[in-house]
Amino acid sequence: MTPKHAGIWRVARAIAWRSLHTYVRRPDLFVPSLIFPLVFLASFAGGLSALGEVPGFSFPAGYTAFQFVFVLCQSAMFGGLFTGFTLAFDFESGFARRLMLAAEDRRGIALGYALVALSRAVITLSVVSVVALAAGMRITGDGVDVFGLYGLALLLTLVGFGWASGVAFRFRSIQAGPLMQTPVFLILFLAPVYVPLGLLKGWIHAVASVNPATAFLEAGRGLIAGVHNHKGLAFACAAGLILLFCIWMLTGLRAAENAP
Amino acid sequence: MSVLVTQISTLARRSMLKTLRQPFQLFPIVFFPLILLAVNASGLKAATRLVGFPTHSYISFAIAVAFIQGGMFSLINTGTNLAEDIESGFFNRLALTPLRRVSLIAGLLVGVAALGVLQSAVYIALGLVAGAHLDAGVGGALVILALGALACVAFGALGCAAALRTGSGEAVQGLFPLFFVFIFLSSSNLPRNLLKTGWFHTVANWNLISYLIEGFRSLYIYGWDGTALWRGFAVAAGLTLVALAAVAGAMRTRLQRT
Repeated sequence: MTPKHAGIWRVARAIAWRSLHTYVRRPDLFVPSLIFPLVFLASFAGGLSALGEVPGFSFPAGYTAFQFVFVLCQSAMFGGLFTGFTLAFDFESGFARRLMLAAEDRRGIALGYALVALSRAVITLSVVSVVALAAGMRITGDGVDVFGLYGLALLLTLVGFGWASGVAFRFRSIQAGPLMQTPVFLILFLAPVYVPLGLLKGWIHAVASVNPATAFLEAGRGLIAGVHNHKGLAFACAAGLILLFCIWMLTGLRAAENAP
Repeated sequence: MSVLVTQISTLARRSMLKTLRQPFQLFPIVFFPLILLAVNASGLKAATRLVGFPTHSYISFAIAVAFIQGGMFSLINTGTNLAEDIESGFFNRLALTPLRRVSLIAGLLVGVAALGVLQSAVYIALGLVAGAHLDAGVGGALVILALGALACVAFGALGCAAALRTGSGEAVQGLFPLFFVFIFLSSSNLPRNLLKTGWFHTVANWNLISYLIEGFRSLYIYGWDGTALWRGFAVAAGLTLVALAAVAGAMRTRLQRT
């Protein structure tokens, strides 16, 4: 590793350690990030299980697994978003400003918070998975499929973080929270959340057909069921979005550097 | 008596204007329930094909949830506004004036009730535009306005209790996800007879929000269903009484502290 890259990693590691340490020691941050996905899982998989009997609905792994993939994708993306909130809060408290003065290479700041997002997502995804399995979720895909599913989820964490950090770097205030959250929330819910795309009718079908979140959900559901579906498209969309939001994040970092 | 009325109406007007003049408080009341309604009504339309589903129009079924979400926003807005008054010292200054203590909260809640009527009217109108069918007709709409106002008062009073107890707007905001869980774990998306998962069915049966939702829903789907209506009104009135008792207790502690 060149000394220049070593600088980025030193900054990233320090930030990741500090933020993760804060995260696990503060229940007000830790608990809501776990409660939300669990409530979604309980409410959708438990409350809507009758939808599995709708004529035309067919999913080999069952309705719990069908909804689990949505909750997994949602938790992964929100893991990234919540880290964007942390970054915005650090700007508001003045910590991030001091960090920018001290960092050898400021790209390390973005990388550090990205590591935080991934670590948070790993914690949340593990808890949600354990609860889903305890509730009787069936996985009919093989080990490689499951690995692919969690890989896709972690890519979605980076997508969520890229978007939220770009907003946080530009606005440097927690008041920009709704701007980080609302578009992601809308994109996720304008996908086939409750039933497969084929059972959606009207405007929602048209929107869901061109929504990248549909590819993520269909690929994820395919992986958990072992029926491969739009896998390549989902990974390509995720990679494309990560690239796009990396540019968004780094130009945001530049905006924060130039801010008065 | 007329002094009390003047005090309450002045504070009610202030409470209403405080919400109506702040777009960031007004926007979620209208936008959030409607966007969820649009998304759920389209995404869950397939549920109407289930045997035992009470209507062919999912939007008529789901519109009831908008009224409850509106009530939840009343909780947040009323609680946050009161907490702001406590944090800024305005509440203490009011308490030092000859204003009767009952007016302090009654004024707030009358304002909340008026806003409740207003937001319920908006949901009724937008629901009809979106294709919801109100089976109980104009009379049903009037009952919805009354139930909507009562639900807002119940939730608003809970917000007041939280604000008086904590004195912090942030703490009141933190209640929002907690109350949202009650909506999710109710008969908000499917009727109780179609909740197939045993534990979820039990939770929804015990969850009072289910009965409140079904009160609104009955007017859209069944017309005049006495049982659903009395249960809806009983839940709203019961919540109001419990919340008012909590407000009275919190008020005593708050004013002793000051």
